[in-house]
Amino acid sequence: MAEVRITGLHKRYGAFHAVRGIDLHVRDGEFAVLVGPSGCGKSTLLRTIAGLEESSQGTIEIGGELVNDFRPRDRDVAMVFQDYALYPHMSVAKNIGFGLKARKMPKPEIEARVAEAARMLGIVPLLGRFPRQLSGGQRQRVAIGRAIVRNPRIFLFDEPLSNLDAQLRDEMRGEIKRLHQDIATTMIYVTHDQIEAMTLADRIVLMRDGLIEQQGAPLDLFERPVSTFVAGFLGSPRMSFLPGTLALDGSAAAIRLADGLLPIAPGRTLNGATHGQSVLLGLRPEHLTRAHAATPAPGTFRYDATIDLVQPTGSRSYATFRLAGAPVVAELQAHDVSRPGERLPIDINMNRASIFDATTEQAI
Amino acid sequence: MATTAPVRRRKRRSVPIGRILLLGFFLIFVLWPLYWMFNTSIKPSDDYLTVPPVWFPAHPTLVHYEAALFTYRGLDGLINSLIISLSATVLSALLGTLMAYSLARYDTGGKHLSFWVLSQRFLPPIGIVLPVFLIYRQVGLYDTHVGLIIAYTVFTLPVSVWMMFAYFRGMPKSMEEAALVDGCTRWEAFWRVAVPLAAPGIVAAAVFAFIACWTEFFFALILTSRTAFTLPTVFRAFIGFQGAQYGEAAALAIVSLVPSIALGVLAQRHLVRGLTLGAVRG
Repeated sequence: MAEVRITGLHKRYGAFHAVRGIDLHVRDGEFAVLVGPSGCGKSTLLRTIAGLEESSQGTIEIGGELVNDFRPRDRDVAMVFQDYALYPHMSVAKNIGFGLKARKMPKPEIEARVAEAARMLGIVPLLGRFPRQLSGGQRQRVAIGRAIVRNPRIFLFDEPLSNLDAQLRDEMRGEIKRLHQDIATTMIYVTHDQIEAMTLADRIVLMRDGLIEQQGAPLDLFERPVSTFVAGFLGSPRMSFLPGTLALDGSAAAIRLADGLLPIAPGRTLNGATHGQSVLLGLRPEHLTRAHAATPAPGTFRYDATIDLVQPTGSRSYATFRLAGAPVVAELQAHDVSRPGERLPIDINMNRASIFDATTEQAI
Repeated sequence: MATTAPVRRRKRRSVPIGRILLLGFFLIFVLWPLYWMFNTSIKPSDDYLTVPPVWFPAHPTLVHYEAALFTYRGLDGLINSLIISLSATVLSALLGTLMAYSLARYDTGGKHLSFWVLSQRFLPPIGIVLPVFLIYRQVGLYDTHVGLIIAYTVFTLPVSVWMMFAYFRGMPKSMEEAALVDGCTRWEAFWRVAVPLAAPGIVAAAVFAFIACWTEFFFALILTSRTAFTLPTVFRAFIGFQGAQYGEAAALAIVSLVPSIALGVLAQRHLVRGLTLGAVRG
């Protein structure tokens, strides 16, 4: 159990600047998820915490101890790799016990701890097998077993679920979350999958081009993204962006789109916004619903939409239509929409809409 | 089902004929020289060149073996060859593995060192044999086991390094990284994880090195004389001004095959996997 504190971290590979100044504080027992598109430096950051990469600049502290110059083995961290990295020439029991053996633990204690870890993960019958005889999900469990058996201060996960099929991924995601609830050790988890990030994290650290774009609780990032990048990265289907200009008239504010004026909810604060400023209006699918009431609720704008694409998922249906020339996705009840070409009254909840400056792409 | 069965049976019969012919041809191609060598080694001298040939001697004899091994000192050559080839093979595999690991995992010497190592093989051996001979005479390595072991290690090292380099390059790093995080030092991660996984490649490289040492003639001829001479150099003696000693040559050739065959059988399991150079892993 330990906190991780990273200050001013840089990592360069020759001319390539992979991590460009990261400050991060992961609290004791917290589940932090580093998420971002490929090449954003999240794996490099994780590997630097593990000690597999040397930092070019900056400090890493684990449990208040400066570990920059520690070898990986002395950092007391455990890591689960994307390809599991099981030792093919060792049985499952040997794989799980390897770290303990390397640390010269007495044999009876190794056996007891391996048995305990195997019991926790439900892999007791597999202990005598070799990695090549296991399915993907079983290998994943063994890799996790190898990590938990050592009872490390920190768990590091490097895209551990990306080699599994969708169903197994959902299942293992739940198990990892449960594992964290049970043992409450600090975990740092790298993924490019925003659903994994949303479901697992206490804190999401969203990275872009070697920098942290935004960090915080999953719902904070989801509901109050600081930029179009964050807004577009989290949520599926992604947020729709509509270009327009701000129209400010005393206390009333609106966004002028290509073919009309969309009033902004009265209580909405617009920090430093100016009249005529070019903006992007961000609408999430769940901000748009089919209108059932006779008059729209306050802060809601009603639009007569012609649906041009319907994607049912069973529980919900995603309907795409054009608003001021740009495609917008609405998440509707499964039976609210039946086929393309249908005309539907859609309520747009402007209370929850995001507004970004069009040039800086930062939230207003 | 009933209608398709005869068709399938006819088809099945036609395949083995071609296969048997091909295999038969190949078998004769491979085994004929061996048969003829063995046949010659147990023939009395008068039967060597008769027409029609003697397919199997009426009175097989071991005199050629006795002469080859003792009169011509073939047994000493065999023992020398075993000592020198095995030592050079072990050294080459050991140094080659360490060097290749360093090149593959730490980019030692940048991009060019690994190619430079291989480029040593481009040098025609004849270009360096005279200087080596003079140096060896000067430092007392001429006609010694150690001298030839050093020479053979140096000659086989580039290929060993290159084979192992390709093998390590093909191995995912993550297993060694897992070992590092798990609590191993770099050396332990190499020894307990990388080496066991690279065993097929190490065995393949070692077999190549052994074969190269075992059959090497030129350097052995120049660098040895009456003490450290190897098996291939003994064959020189069988062609003299009083004629060719076919029986002795054949007998010694048969003897020289034994270690190679034994090695082949022992290493077979690893060899096929090793030759794929890490491309296919179970």
